[in-house]
Amino acid sequence: MNIDAIQNGIVIDHITAGRGMQLYELLGLEKLDCSVAIIKNVHSVKQGRKDIIKIDADIPVNLDVIGYVDPGVSVNIIRNGELVEKRSIDMPETLTNVIFCKNPRCITTCEQEIQHVFKLTDRKNKVYRCLYCETKAN
Amino acid sequence: MRHLIDIMDFSTEELQQLVDTANDIITQPAKYSELCRGKKLATLFFEPSTRTRLSFEAAMYELGGNVIGFSEANSSSAAKGESVADTAKTISCYADIIAMRHPKEGAPLVASANATIPVINAGDGGHNHPTQTLADLLTIYREKGRFDHLTIGLCGDLKFGRTVHSLIAAMSRYEGVKFVLISPEELKLPSYVKKEVLKARNIPYTQTTDLEAAMPELDILYMTRVQRERFFNEEDYLRLKDSYILTMDKLANAKRDLAILHPLPRVNEISVAIDADPRACYFKQVLNGKYMRMALILKLLKEAGTI
Repeated sequence: MNIDAIQNGIVIDHITAGRGMQLYELLGLEKLDCSVAIIKNVHSVKQGRKDIIKIDADIPVNLDVIGYVDPGVSVNIIRNGELVEKRSIDMPETLTNVIFCKNPRCITTCEQEIQHVFKLTDRKNKVYRCLYCETKAN
Repeated sequence: MRHLIDIMDFSTEELQQLVDTANDIITQPAKYSELCRGKKLATLFFEPSTRTRLSFEAAMYELGGNVIGFSEANSSSAAKGESVADTAKTISCYADIIAMRHPKEGAPLVASANATIPVINAGDGGHNHPTQTLADLLTIYREKGRFDHLTIGLCGDLKFGRTVHSLIAAMSRYEGVKFVLISPEELKLPSYVKKEVLKARNIPYTQTTDLEAAMPELDILYMTRVQRERFFNEEDYLRLKDSYILTMDKLANAKRDLAILHPLPRVNEISVAIDADPRACYFKQVLNGKYMRMALILKLLKEAGTI
């Protein structure tokens, strides 16, 4: 299967197989007008199988979302057909307005303007807790 | 700007400073009686709480200051739909320091991010109540003379009891502390507290449903009330509310210098007969709470450059 190389844009590589759609949705890529390819279950020497997302436009992507969904993913920036930057994305220390607190007693449930902030409290077990009420993110 | 939202906002050194100040206030109250002259504490109580609000008010008056505020949401602009952020910004124009109680967890944190004066969390739902922990700490220190090498029994509602979670977090920072967790199965300490506080710091603890069996080894017994307002289901509350009632015969095997604490109010979990026992410290704890709130107000106003 062939997907054309992109000239100016972003390649999100080494996504754990099966998480490509989740990233697509959380990054809001369905709102873009440019070409976006999700390639699922690609053969990978390192991972066995992986997903890849190619975005045919040099747009800002929320790296925190990527680090939260699938730490270890690579983000490659392509300009004029050349790889100009390659970043391995780790779990972010904080997440802002990426996930939302489900605790009905949390202040975020009744005050609309408050940002939903989660902090990484246990890196080993990938535990994020609401900054306000400390409820664990699902 | 320093605030007190969570007891862990303060280092053990800062807690010791507060304890030292509170002890000095107890021995030399006249030295402190004018330190907050002309300053105002705003008590913003979005849900009713007699003792905590009055404790803050008494603390400010004993420092020579004044108090403004409200004691329920209906008498505040929150009833008109004002946000916590806007309330904090507005009150910052009137007062020098805020003590806030709110039914929503995290509300004082939101207030602290928007206020230009120090904010003290006076209880946010079932989440945190750091000034109760300050009262607990001063009581432990005054009764035992130390924070380390103590066996602390926590009895009753360990699931919803915010004071329990805060006390465990605060005491886990001292060497040689051991916890005995005494509760019915349904009200056991949440696993995340065990995992992220006790196990993460290698703090020894045991869990039991048997208060009398645990009694002989305890230096501190922290009793708690099963709180009706924390239950969604009335049936569960009625079934669990009388799980532990401390009576004189249950103290038969207790240490002679055991200190019995309770954040109050009690319903029936400590027999009134125990009040006369020298090991009963829960009314001293109320008084200690006022002294620690005085020490806290002084600390935060000093750090803000207000006094």
